[in-house]
Amino acid sequence: MNLDKTQQSQPEGGPAYGKSLTLAEPLTLQSGVTLSPVTLAYETYGTLNADRSNCVLVCHALTGDHFVASAHPITKNPGWWIDLVGPGKVIDTDKFFVVCSNVLGGCMGSTGPKEINPATGKPWGLTFPVITIRDMVQAQARLLDHLGIASVFCVLGGSMGAMQALEWAVRFPHRVFSAIPIAGSYRHSAQNIAFHEVGRQAIMADPDWSHGNYLAEGKKPKRGLAVARMAAHITYLSEVALHNKFGRRLQNRDALTYGFEADFQVESYLRHQGSTFVERFDANSYLYITRALDYFDLQAEGGGVLAEAFRGTPVRFCVISFSSDWLYPTSESKTIVHALNAVAANVSFVEVASQQGHDAFLLDEPEFHQTMEGFLAGAAEARGIAYRPANR
Amino acid sequence: MTAPQNIRVDLQHVADLVVPKSRLLDVGCGDGALLAYLKIFKQVDGRGLELSMSRVRAAVSQGLPVIQGNLETDLADYPTGAFDYVVLSQTLQATHNPRLVLEELLRIGTRAIVSFPNFGYWRVRLSLLFGGRMPVTGVLANPWFDTPNIHLCTISDFIALARAMDIKIEQSFALDSMGRRQGFEATESKANLLSEQALFVLTRA
Repeated sequence: MNLDKTQQSQPEGGPAYGKSLTLAEPLTLQSGVTLSPVTLAYETYGTLNADRSNCVLVCHALTGDHFVASAHPITKNPGWWIDLVGPGKVIDTDKFFVVCSNVLGGCMGSTGPKEINPATGKPWGLTFPVITIRDMVQAQARLLDHLGIASVFCVLGGSMGAMQALEWAVRFPHRVFSAIPIAGSYRHSAQNIAFHEVGRQAIMADPDWSHGNYLAEGKKPKRGLAVARMAAHITYLSEVALHNKFGRRLQNRDALTYGFEADFQVESYLRHQGSTFVERFDANSYLYITRALDYFDLQAEGGGVLAEAFRGTPVRFCVISFSSDWLYPTSESKTIVHALNAVAANVSFVEVASQQGHDAFLLDEPEFHQTMEGFLAGAAEARGIAYRPANR
Repeated sequence: MTAPQNIRVDLQHVADLVVPKSRLLDVGCGDGALLAYLKIFKQVDGRGLELSMSRVRAAVSQGLPVIQGNLETDLADYPTGAFDYVVLSQTLQATHNPRLVLEELLRIGTRAIVSFPNFGYWRVRLSLLFGGRMPVTGVLANPWFDTPNIHLCTISDFIALARAMDIKIEQSFALDSMGRRQGFEATESKANLLSEQALFVLTRA
């Protein structure tokens, strides 16, 4: 008997977060802590076919959400992967049943530090348990159980989404037909952790953070969260992209002001990124999710040998990296590919030439889309799903 | 799924040798023409390794499992006995360590299918003997300063190396400049003089 509860979640006075599911059973986290209740906000696009074989699970990045191909309820921006997901597009919602959920620990309707802990009647804040990528994936697996999907045709995502896709393939190899980890890694490097630590310290240095208790006190650590976002945003771009977009151009002025206003366009741009981010994202969620990323280490799950994590995998992989991505560089994707080769897995690997840096996975990059379409066509043919002909 | 009905004639020889539904690694697979052909006509579970990223993209965009990589470093990743066949077409002479590459091919695969240009071909010999210049032929198309071929050998050289490595030559074909079979085996002594290229099926003795 399935006791999970589905509803349209709309907290009083808050934005609508789409569909949601509250798990009937508690979730045992990787840390050993038991978390309950667990709610996941999610969206679906397209129709599940008769034999339930056409599900594509999209995993979002650190500050992403489940509004893959529909308007964000707060910013009203179009879906973050609207270039890729929709009728007739590469992830064709006329052919696939696309599912995406807000990650555990998130702040867009899923259980996270911003939500009320029913045991105390207060926001979880820092009493929320530390979660991991594996916990996020375990929660998603429960959502798929609820949706009656035993096996997904493809699990894919960029950045943190790539890590979830890899974790899915490792954790549930027989529930995943194919996986596309994009612009990701198999573990967080010292540099990755270092950048996240800067962001966390920026948040925690803001007096309005109030030791994580800001929601109960009616405050918001906007400055700290904005600085965290500004620093992180630089890592999502490339030097060439920054140079091409801004150079040393001045912002609405003809000369330097000899002060600390945003003289340069790049400063103004980063400030804008910071200030819009705080409107849609929760500072504690940022702490928890960056921690989950830092803890991610598939090599450790393989007992120190990455290939062991994949041994015997039946999953078809398509690993994609971008040439100018210095956050999760091509070399890390290649390490994944080498590990997959070592267990004779079915793997394709493409490095897309792009100047856009890490964020290229969110942009309209024709080579990237062609690669994904070709891989999906080959996989759909092998799975017996109508998509489009391979070997065009 | 549509596929090329015609592939390069030397690839066709490889395709003809392969048992249906086998596992095959195409080293230096280009845009995946052989893999696509084998997938459709022989239901082969094929994989590809290719150095050129643009060719890798072309292959993956056709739905073929191909990765970008360098055979001289990346063959080491593959587990022993992972494939029924490992194919290396017209590439051995361009590797830094052909002996090690051959070792690796036969470690990874039960059989290796290897083709290469024959430097003992009579036109090559005459070109050097009378012209006094490095030969440029249809198969060896580039001048010495612009060739990827750094370890050219004759058919006899290759057979000697196979013997030294205890490699068994299971089958061999003598091929002309177009890659067409000449009707005798590459292990026959006349092949070293009369054949512009050769194809060998190798296995561990």
